Amino acid sequence: MGCNRSVPDRRSERVIKAAILIQKWYRATMARIEMRRRYSLSIFRSIEYADEQDQLQLSKFFSFMLDHYTNLDSVSPISTSPTDPQVVGECLHITEFEEKIDVPDSYYGPRLSFPLTVGDANALIHAFRNKQRLHPHYVLQLLCETRRVLKLMPNITHLSTSYSKDITICGDLHGNLDDLLLIFYKNGVPSEQNRYVFNGDYVDRGKNSLEILIILFAFFLIYPNNISLNRGNHEDYLMNLRYGFTKEVSSKYKEHSTQILYLLQDVFSWLPLATIIDNKVLILHGGISDTTNLDFLKALERNKLKSLLRPPKSAGGRHDQKEGISTTGLSKHTANQHDAGKTQHDSSLSSTEPSGSNLPAGPTQEEWKQILDVLWSDPRSQNGCKPNKSRGAGCYFGPDVTAKIFQRYNLKILIRSHEFKREGYDISHGGKVITIFSASNYYEEGSNRGAYVKLDPELIPRFVQFQSSKHTRSLNILERVGTIESSALKSLQELIYAHRSELISAFAQYDLNGTGCISVPDWAAAMESVLKLELPWRMLRPRLAQMNPDGQVDFMSCFYDLKMDQPIKEAQPALVETLCRYRKDLEIIFNIINKDNSGLISLEEFSQTWRLFTSHVGIDVQDDSLDKLVLSIDHNKDGHIDFNEFLEAFHFVHRVEEKENS
Amino acid sequence: MATAPAAAMAEKESAEDGRVAEIEKRIREAFEVFDRESNKTVDARDIGCIVRSLGCFPSEAELRELLAKLVQEEEDEEATRFIHMEKFLPVMTKVLLDRSYWPIREDVLLHAFEALDENKCGYITKEDLVKYLTEEGEPFTEEEMEEMLSIALDPETDTLHYRDYLSKLVVDETKIFPFHV
Repeated sequence: MGCNRSVPDRRSERVIKAAILIQKWYRATMARIEMRRRYSLSIFRSIEYADEQDQLQLSKFFSFMLDHYTNLDSVSPISTSPTDPQVVGECLHITEFEEKIDVPDSYYGPRLSFPLTVGDANALIHAFRNKQRLHPHYVLQLLCETRRVLKLMPNITHLSTSYSKDITICGDLHGNLDDLLLIFYKNGVPSEQNRYVFNGDYVDRGKNSLEILIILFAFFLIYPNNISLNRGNHEDYLMNLRYGFTKEVSSKYKEHSTQILYLLQDVFSWLPLATIIDNKVLILHGGISDTTNLDFLKALERNKLKSLLRPPKSAGGRHDQKEGISTTGLSKHTANQHDAGKTQHDSSLSSTEPSGSNLPAGPTQEEWKQILDVLWSDPRSQNGCKPNKSRGAGCYFGPDVTAKIFQRYNLKILIRSHEFKREGYDISHGGKVITIFSASNYYEEGSNRGAYVKLDPELIPRFVQFQSSKHTRSLNILERVGTIESSALKSLQELIYAHRSELISAFAQYDLNGTGCISVPDWAAAMESVLKLELPWRMLRPRLAQMNPDGQVDFMSCFYDLKMDQPIKEAQPALVETLCRYRKDLEIIFNIINKDNSGLISLEEFSQTWRLFTSHVGIDVQDDSLDKLVLSIDHNKDGHIDFNEFLEAFHFVHRVEEKENS
Repeated sequence: MATAPAAAMAEKESAEDGRVAEIEKRIREAFEVFDRESNKTVDARDIGCIVRSLGCFPSEAELRELLAKLVQEEEDEEATRFIHMEKFLPVMTKVLLDRSYWPIREDVLLHAFEALDENKCGYITKEDLVKYLTEEGEPFTEEEMEEMLSIALDPETDTLHYRDYLSKLVVDETKIFPFHV
């Protein structure tokens, strides 16, 4: 009714339009940030799984080396048969440590007295919070005592909810002490009224694997019937060699690390395989397969399997190691496996292990497969049971497999861990399968929450999430995703740089005119074929390589961001890259050979090992180039090299970081 | 010569095919990031994110329409929760070829913020921002509003200086993750 009214109307119309526009734009922006977060997690996961596959191939090499390479007249304790007598042999009683290892008066850390009490456990928590170290004397005592008690436990622990209110189940911790302490803070420490099941993977990747074990073992000794510690696939000395636990122990306990690790091998093999609550809830680390047989699992001798990555020797039978561990998929090393496999078969008859009737028989093929399935499998939504191709061990099991097992054993829920979950937990197979993952910030600060699940006497699950944080001020989403993304991209760039020569020749095949530029689809195809990672390359392209004005990819720009820490002039680039790529593996191998922990290895040993390694994994390296390189490293020309120093040289540095730090 | 225009046509067609193939590849990539079990399906609730990360700016209403197209023939309720790649690909390809939901230009966005800035002082107060965005248009949820404030708001004055905000979020972010690869 007049001019006055039309102005506010027009304005409010404008306001509404503006609001819609801003909302549209904001939602799109947030979606793209979410996409960046997701592909970062994809990158982490792909690299992790590819790494695990490599590790499995490598473990075959270890086995091959250990069984077949008779030139090594003695090997370090880590590689010998677990029954080899050592300081920490079967018969050594706990008090003998007191004679062997002194605890000086100057030691202010916790002093444990057995049988342990809650006071001891609290002292340990307090000490580790303050970054103290437990004296090796007590570590060994604790491990010995833990082994003694674990031996009394059956393969499958049975718990009942009738005594306590709830039972709390935790998943992978992977050395994140902060997460364990956060769980105890939120949920209370273990006690008779506060029962816990820990579902494996206590160690590797994080920095405090040993502290976690010590705390959990201490509580286990105090309340052996109220805390259950299942074995995970990382409770395995071959995994530990690669994924950081062995290194952690060696650096924290230089002198006594060998004994500690040796004893741990045994302790791990005595961890129970599963826990069942009220005969209805099955808790185990990985999953199940269509052949999983709980009665069989109950009856076998679980401690025979020290490492799941060493297939059992079949005495003169057909070579069937490949049944359990997948040899197809993204593996690059298929060609040489057959050779290695054949020789392994032949060598099984002439084993280098001491023979004798006092040696217990090794695990059978069936035992190995049953445990492998339980510790390595993952649930999937498709029916059926297929080999787990992304991990290379265990199966993918579908809802039909779950249903059958449930019917057979009258179960209601399967609780497992083993897989990273952004929210710390996940429910699948129509509510029958729960995944619980308790390592928050697993890939990077802000990457995920951790969670634990509480079961009440009605067996209704209740989830509690948490996230330990280094930052006192919480980051906003842009900052969080930025952190995760840059970390993921760094890892990817290092991988790219480690395959530089291969990538350049792949790119060159598309670059017919030698312009240095190729199309985006060609670039993506080359990346995928060389790195063998299924990633959204087109989406990642702007973060990895530059584009010229014509819309073509300048492929050499992939390598601008990184360089070798110390340029190595003596060697051809392909060799340097190979050493970079396998640096961690070589470290493990050299440590195995290095009998006296001196860090030194003879040139002869180095060359021999290197030749074996490269032929096994199928790398083609010219003989003399390595010799030249090694000679240049042997500074004092005494025929020995410090292999740690040697390997340190094969190290990437990000140029951006350099600029920031200078 | 009769063949020249035909050859040119053929070349143009194959270039067009190449373009479509590239678009399809990009769609597959985005889809696969959300395809957690690698079985060619994603949760329907993730479709919005996928569409937007491919450089589109649909409104909530437009998204609902799109989703309706994707679950058109499904009667089974379970089936409507998961979208299969084979259904998504042709629909999304058309969206990208037709340039539906095309990006919002920075200057247009600036005008939008200015429309909310009554006094033209270069900033919007927290109260006004919350009022407009949670009451008008396609309202933000509490969570969305909080998130935007945590990035955008100057905590000392409780105001949004939209020019700075845009340069932070639009310019930097587009460099990182451009709309069109």
